[in-house]
Amino acid sequence: MEFLRPTTWDDALAARAAHPGALPIQGGTDVMVELNFDVRRPAALLDLTGVAELRGWDADGDAIRIGAGVPYARIIAELGGRLPGLAQAARTVGSPQIRNRGTVGGNLGAASPAGDSHPPLLASGATVEAESAARGVREIPVGEFYTGPKRSALEPDELIRAIRVPTAPGPQYFAKIGTRNAMVIAVCSFAVALDPARRRAGTGIGSAGPTPLRAREAEDFLAAHLDWDGGGPLDDVVARKFGDLVAGAASPIDDVRGTAAYRGHALGVLARRTLGWAWREHTGQTRREAS
Amino acid sequence: MRVNVTVNGSAATVDDVWEGESLLYMLRERMGLPGSKNACEQGECGSCTVYLDGLPVCSCLVAAGQAEGRAVRTVEGLAGADGLDPVQRAFVDAGAVQCGFCTPGLIVQTHDLINRVPDPDDAEIREALAGNLCRCTGYEKILDAVRLAAARRREDA
Repeated sequence: MEFLRPTTWDDALAARAAHPGALPIQGGTDVMVELNFDVRRPAALLDLTGVAELRGWDADGDAIRIGAGVPYARIIAELGGRLPGLAQAARTVGSPQIRNRGTVGGNLGAASPAGDSHPPLLASGATVEAESAARGVREIPVGEFYTGPKRSALEPDELIRAIRVPTAPGPQYFAKIGTRNAMVIAVCSFAVALDPARRRAGTGIGSAGPTPLRAREAEDFLAAHLDWDGGGPLDDVVARKFGDLVAGAASPIDDVRGTAAYRGHALGVLARRTLGWAWREHTGQTRREAS
Repeated sequence: MRVNVTVNGSAATVDDVWEGESLLYMLRERMGLPGSKNACEQGECGSCTVYLDGLPVCSCLVAAGQAEGRAVRTVEGLAGADGLDPVQRAFVDAGAVQCGFCTPGLIVQTHDLINRVPDPDDAEIREALAGNLCRCTGYEKILDAVRLAAARRREDA
């Protein structure tokens, strides 16, 4: 095995192109488990933690551009106000030690349907900035990024440079089912994002299909049926129908963490619950906790 | 490969490191530092917790090569010339150690917690230690030890 340790982004792209069999590694919280258990033996590890360009984030118009090497702990501490959905999901990742290392870039690279970043990225309409030495930068809408279980649209010579997440235009909430409040791989998870000015809603479903999913019909339903200007409480009929549409959009399977039937049921509950939180914030009945 | 790393304040050069091995393996098997424990090898248990550039991490999930040029502090590096670190002392005094396998990770994680949060409440303690599993104690004595360490530290401050 080789260990490649570029210290600039250009060197990283060159190394990626020259070593198609290399496995990129950021925080290592997925990759090292596979190596420790001999599930994977790549020809090389491409360590990206030495590339300074990946370790920061900046405001870019109406979005935050998060470098692929920014750990969850910093997203929680530094971006909770602007990207509440992603920050809430980041808070549910692993443990403090894991959140000090794990990154959204790594979560995308692994492309597990259970990754905690994916639902809020889908709900908020994020884009993945991928780059190769040969073809330069391309922006991949996150909804087109996931192509199968642990498969993504990333080409063999491409690396994830950054994730562009629109600054929250309204309430965003994330919820996740697991056996305890820490160290949980989601049984299923759900994110909702409201954009009251445009009267739009975004959704993201985790761990209930071959890839993370949007519930498009549920989004359209909310856009048409939420009483955006009314300021009243959430209509229970709307909430229930939304839950049903979200559950219907998933294609879960039975596995060690839960059954398909349970996942469908739980997604309906999570969808109603997160929508309720978002609606209360939208109508001023609660204020999001400062973070 | 060769890895240059500062461990517990001393610069070290380690040779013949396998490219796929973890920082934990390098510390334990190549550097004679078996304080960090090898249990789950998947980040679940926290027994291998060390500081990497000042942040607590699971050393089983850091590739050894990723420590190149960085500073690692292990449980062996906490005690000063005048004896045990106050966190270690508190774990002894509170009876927070049974088999002891999880203890090094809990000590490092607690050390970090009370550095950041001098007077942690129970929710903060539980959150900070959520990634450290103990199968002996039921955690009550561990929580006592964290409270004791924090209280003594505040008294000394």
